Amino acid sequence: MKVFRLIYKNAFRHKLRTFLTVLGLALAVMAFGLIRTFITAWYSGAEAAAPDRLVTRNAVSIIFTLPISYKEQILKIDGVKDVTYAAWFGGIYVDPKNFFPQYAVDQSNFFTLFPEFILPPEQFEEFKEERKAVIVGRRLADRFGWKIGDPITLIGTIYPGDWDFVIRGVYTGRDVNTDETAFIMRFDYLDEVMRRDSPGRAGQIGWYALKIDDPNRSAEIAKQVDARFKNSLAETLTETEKEFQLSFIQMSSAIILGLRIVSFLIIGVILLVLANTMAMTARERISEHAFMRTLGFRGYHLVGLILGESFFMAILGGLIGTALLAVVGNLVGIALSQFFPGFAPDTVAYLLCIGTALLVGLGASIFPIQRALRIKIVDGLRVVD
Amino acid sequence: MLEPAVQISSLYKSYYRDSLEIPVLRNINLEIPAGAFVALMGPSGSGKSTLLNLLAGIDQPTSGSLKVAGEEVSRLSERDLAKWRARHIGFIFQFYNLLPVLTAYENVELPLLLTHLSKKERKEHVETALSIVGLADRMKHYPRQLSGGQEQRVAIARAIVSDPSLILADEPTGDLDKQSAEDILHLLSRLNEEYGKTIIMVTHDPRAADKAKTIRHLDKGELT
Repeated sequence: MKVFRLIYKNAFRHKLRTFLTVLGLALAVMAFGLIRTFITAWYSGAEAAAPDRLVTRNAVSIIFTLPISYKEQILKIDGVKDVTYAAWFGGIYVDPKNFFPQYAVDQSNFFTLFPEFILPPEQFEEFKEERKAVIVGRRLADRFGWKIGDPITLIGTIYPGDWDFVIRGVYTGRDVNTDETAFIMRFDYLDEVMRRDSPGRAGQIGWYALKIDDPNRSAEIAKQVDARFKNSLAETLTETEKEFQLSFIQMSSAIILGLRIVSFLIIGVILLVLANTMAMTARERISEHAFMRTLGFRGYHLVGLILGESFFMAILGGLIGTALLAVVGNLVGIALSQFFPGFAPDTVAYLLCIGTALLVGLGASIFPIQRALRIKIVDGLRVVD
Repeated sequence: MLEPAVQISSLYKSYYRDSLEIPVLRNINLEIPAGAFVALMGPSGSGKSTLLNLLAGIDQPTSGSLKVAGEEVSRLSERDLAKWRARHIGFIFQFYNLLPVLTAYENVELPLLLTHLSKKERKEHVETALSIVGLADRMKHYPRQLSGGQEQRVAIARAIVSDPSLILADEPTGDLDKQSAEDILHLLSRLNEEYGKTIIMVTHDPRAADKAKTIRHLDKGELT
């Protein structure tokens, strides 16, 4: 008989209790992993940002526009290789619940500056030739069953009216976390209608994307761009694409903070679940531990038994929880694919789950170990089960 | 001449409850020769179990000398005491103290896990001990599958498996029916007579004490 066998047998002494503890651990570990994955997915846009792209927006707020005429001036700044622009369209497709991002872009070079959107050349040519042409992401097309040639009508909210489009291309993402849910239209179509119906809003874009020649010069170039439009009617704020993405995430920082807090609370719950089981176990075995010491077993033997049992349950719960995370995480990823492209537990999430389980195993055994070591043999022997 | 198994002189033991000193054993002087079978009798609270605990090295005297198996027990460190107990003391409890998750074989093997014996050697020792107590055919049984008498016999096998010089039994028949108690007492007598084990048994039961070669009485912490 080996010590490991004794640990194993001890762990299953109360089968129902062990089962419930391990199940509780597994579910909590899975929930912890899901929340960590959710937070990672939330930041995936920022992680996908290119280091050699800057974003210039209105210094007051992203909801204020910039003149389209800035493009030529920005292009003249040293270090800027190319500039494109885009505007948030915000239309409704059939029902407001059918949300997906819609951008009006500079059709001439938008896809050149964003090579992570992979579009067949012939579709790109068609997009450039037809004013009402749109390019949609693969996931978006799959979601609504769209195919090339389908007419689509959006009801404008920021830009009022019914807007007719024809799908001329479907892009796919180069990277796992590239958004495949965008609806990309031509800005000149939008601008043409604005010139006709609301001339005051014509020639206004949402933001510029700048391709720079050296990512190390991004701060310097951003300063130059903003300096160029200082004291103008529309002052600019230029930042790296990652900072730009993070500024959006900042808007929901309270949610992220809440999720982080919940994830740590879950760790606390796991710890309490296992600590409770281990405390009960240690209390029930006071006389047994005392008796083992009369046989000559020493403190470290008891530490090994208690710690081993705690680790055993924690690791078992952690492994089951991690396996559940793999299954449930991918199912959630499929369900949320429109909102969180690339939502899937990564290696870090799995390692965090296992690491957390190990820490919980260690933490839960501290008080039972203290108690087992502190009690005198004679006092322990007086305790009758 | 054989060295005495136990030599006690001027032994005192007291406990403190808050600041109140409660004497438990007073001026105990006792010598038990090797190979003796001694019954310690006395009313509840007379200090029998405390004396047994001191002999087992699981409690410390307040003052006095306590020499067991040639070793001054009160001078040993916690670590040395653990080793000493494993080597010299076999303990039998009233409620058997078997681990319920281990078979009879595994329970008996438990003390041997602290030795350097190989698995094969451990097997030989365990089988011998279980044969002596008449449970060779119950090796794979768990405590819940055994009667009270059989459980106590497993506990006795565990107490003798490491071949200790001194066996301490604390009310070994206290939880058994008459027949099982008889069997256990007979077994202890055999261990004393055939295997030369020194046995000190605490008991309330005069019939159990009659099986011992010597009976000592404790009253209010003093040997009478």
